[in-house]
Amino acid sequence: MASTLVKKYFREDTLPHIWCPGCGNGIVTRAIVKAIDSLGLDKDDVCIVSGIGCSSRAPGYLDFNTLHTTHGRALAFATGVKMANPKLNVIVVTGDGDSSAIGGNHLIHACRRNIDITTIVFNNNIYGMTGGQYSPTTPTGDKGTTAPYGNLDANFDLCELTKGAGASYIARGTAYAAKQLEKYIADGIKNKGFSFIEAITACPTYYGRKNKKGSAVDMLQTVKESAVMDKAWDKLTEEQKEGKFKIGKFHDVKKPEYTEQYGKLIESFNKGED
Amino acid sequence: MATTTTVGLKSHTVEDKWCKGCGICVAFCPKNVLELENEIVVVKRLEDCIQCGQCELRCPDFAIWLGGK
Ligand SMILES: Cc1ncc(C[n+]2csc(CCOP(=O)(O)OP(=O)(O)O)c2C)c(N)n1
Ligand code: SF4
Ligand code: SF4
Ligand code: SF4
Ligand SMILES: [Mg+2]
Repeated sequence: MASTLVKKYFREDTLPHIWCPGCGNGIVTRAIVKAIDSLGLDKDDVCIVSGIGCSSRAPGYLDFNTLHTTHGRALAFATGVKMANPKLNVIVVTGDGDSSAIGGNHLIHACRRNIDITTIVFNNNIYGMTGGQYSPTTPTGDKGTTAPYGNLDANFDLCELTKGAGASYIARGTAYAAKQLEKYIADGIKNKGFSFIEAITACPTYYGRKNKKGSAVDMLQTVKESAVMDKAWDKLTEEQKEGKFKIGKFHDVKKPEYTEQYGKLIESFNKGED
Repeated sequence: MATTTTVGLKSHTVEDKWCKGCGICVAFCPKNVLELENEIVVVKRLEDCIQCGQCELRCPDFAIWLGGK
């Protein structure tokens, strides 16, 4: 048996999903579905594209047009889908590794083009699927199987990265504040341009164990306590910011969208202009 | 099997085939309505429930929801 929401939007026979007990991926996936539901979109007008990773398995459970592609390449496939059928609401589900390590180049160029795709990164600060290697968002000093003495690299701030690269809508929410996350995703889908939503979530099995972060409940509690709304953030001292991160809608601007520009070009050819 | 608990106008359903016993709904319920028994959630004190929906909102497994089957 399932709730009305699950019956309507999930491939019920694929459940229970494979994610570990308490993994935040299910919470974020539900927020995406609720966002789509709140916009009243027809299921056939939505295409959800993912790469490879625990998070990238989400579309498999969802009853929309779905595309599970190769590691890091979700945005390349999604760009193709959107160019072929600009009317589709194209949503990319990706992990921190999928989107910013192997797929980092696709991410910055999708931002630069401001193509009308909504990307939701499930940021669990680790490669979950492959057993806990550190990713570009693993905080400096934190451990992974490939960083047993602590990660030396500086970690990406994905919202700053995508802002610099040209995305038109950018927000960061959390698996704890799932209602707020749902709103950011809905606003991202409504935005005509590239929307980037970072969902801070928790991998209790690998990141949690490697870094002694406690149970799934403890980790969600930590997410709750560490997230600070952007307005309050600006009032904190550097010391108070230690171990915390900012959430909120960071960027929302209008600028030319790629498929629209492309459509105009085609139209000019059809009119016989050069 | 899905079990619906009803008290007055309120009901809650749990699909125990999907519940993984993570305890998230139990921990974040503001009214202490839920408990784990043998690693499955049970709706213990539905009379205290304020129908806030936080359990359904954060269950990573879609295993608990407000309303009937
Ligand atoms: C081309 C290629 N390289 C490497 C892998 C192995 N691999 C699978 S998932 C993954 C990382 C996943 O991390 P992330 O994107 O953060 O997703 P998560 O599992 O944490 O949700 C890697 C390296 C692969 N499948 N394909
Ligand atoms: S390994 Fe981590 S990210 Fe993957 S399902 Fe388990 S808890 Fe979730
Ligand atoms: S609806 Fe709210 S009060 Fe009722 S059981 Fe769920 S979390 Fe607790
Ligand atoms: S949050 Fe969901 S999976 Fe976790 S104990 Fe509650 S009902 Fe079970
Ligand atoms: Mg990850």
